[in-house]
Amino acid sequence: MQYALLIYSKPGATDGLGADERAAIHREYLDIKQEPGIVGGASLHPVETATTVRVQDGRTLVTDGPFADTKEIFGGFYLLEADDLDQATKVASRIPAARLGGVVEIRPVVTG
Amino acid sequence: MLASLIGYFGDFDLAEEAAAEAFAVAARRWPADGMPDNPAGWLVTTARHRAIDRLRRDRVLAAKLRLLLPGNGGGEPGEDDVAESAIPDERLELVFMCCHPALAPDAQVALTLRAVGGLATDDIARAFLVPAETMKRRLTRAKSKIKVAGIPFAVPSGPQLPERLAVVLAVVYLIFNQGYGDHQDTSGLAAEAIRLGRVLAGLLPAEPEVLGLLALMLLHDARHAARFDGQDLVLLPDQDRTRWDWRQIDQARALLARTRLDSARLDPAALRRGQYVIQAAIASLQAEPRLDWPQIAALYAELADLTDSDVVRLNRAVAIAEAEGPAAALALVEVLELPGYQYWHSTRAELLRRLGRADEARAAYRQALVLARTAPERRFLERRIAEA
Repeated sequence: MQYALLIYSKPGATDGLGADERAAIHREYLDIKQEPGIVGGASLHPVETATTVRVQDGRTLVTDGPFADTKEIFGGFYLLEADDLDQATKVASRIPAARLGGVVEIRPVVTG
Repeated sequence: MLASLIGYFGDFDLAEEAAAEAFAVAARRWPADGMPDNPAGWLVTTARHRAIDRLRRDRVLAAKLRLLLPGNGGGEPGEDDVAESAIPDERLELVFMCCHPALAPDAQVALTLRAVGGLATDDIARAFLVPAETMKRRLTRAKSKIKVAGIPFAVPSGPQLPERLAVVLAVVYLIFNQGYGDHQDTSGLAAEAIRLGRVLAGLLPAEPEVLGLLALMLLHDARHAARFDGQDLVLLPDQDRTRWDWRQIDQARALLARTRLDSARLDPAALRRGQYVIQAAIASLQAEPRLDWPQIAALYAELADLTDSDVVRLNRAVAIAEAEGPAAALALVEVLELPGYQYWHSTRAELLRRLGRADEARAAYRQALVLARTAPERRFLERRIAEA
């Protein structure tokens, strides 16, 4: 099975931390990327850079900002090859955002 | 390539799907990792692996479907023994799959009753007072999530087991209470929950909480016939004990004794008793001819520490009322503040009545009456208001 681990971060979660701690968290993200089973992923630029597109009556509407007006920010994802949901949950639970006030949403990927 | 795969598997659909998956993997990996030396060979090998994975999954699915068929997985040997299942491993895996925390609680309950209990969808719908169509959709959605999200058909390992087992036990206890709340258990859910409890106790005989939950359900159920006088609720001290099922109470006590023996062999961290074992110990004490209220109050204190529940603290106060008198108990009840909870009001009312504060007692009984949901409870409270 392939899963997308969608990472929603709490804004400012690392604000109070020192440079060392931030570097350590960054390293954790890089380490997870090296895990067997991780087959892809991306880290996204901040929401201020987001653009939302929708098509209404054939007209393309482009607006500034993210689509979902939530407190947490969708900041990136990993693409994971795993046997089942429990295995995916184990990897997801090690993503720093999950313990820093954010959440990780696990979505099975349509394959084939 | 497709022909090679069809030859290998003898299944066109499977081969085609496997080939498509192999191409998808190639499209993802080759640009990054470079093309392999033998691209066609690589594709066939990758596709074979994919197809074998799929076959494994389907085989598991087929095994699950076999369990869903009526007549399988429902057979129970002598009802007096803890059930020994003919296919113990798969049933346990099935239970853990049905009670996976990635499923909504109402779906866990419905799936467990359908797949483990073998109940018909219509019967489950009736028991939970929802239209049959709704229950059918709920089950379909849950089965689809299991498949698409890859919820495993497996018993969770080591550190995950206690929290996952807690979900399973909560589902079974919820099923029991749904049936127990109805005085005739027309749905049969209380009996079904006990049956599930016996199956679990047979499969996990060393888990104290599994035995504790079964003991608890057996003890409650043993008093079932005495809980009502016609349509009216009879409180524990007023129940006719000759109408209790003493054989069932003895069974429960034997189970509780086993939890004590087993917990002695566990590591010290696990020596803390679980909530079902404590509740069963309380229910067992409540079946004694003379009630040991100080001991019951101590068990409720242990349970309150474990669960941090004000409802449990309320029960402790009831025991304190018997052990030390209504004044001490009322002091404990007043600090709890459970204004949305019927039994907080009725307990306060009862204590006020015993303290001779009739006006306050009547007012508190009226507040309980507003929150009472079943007709027997309402009649009981109305009687109390008239008498106070």
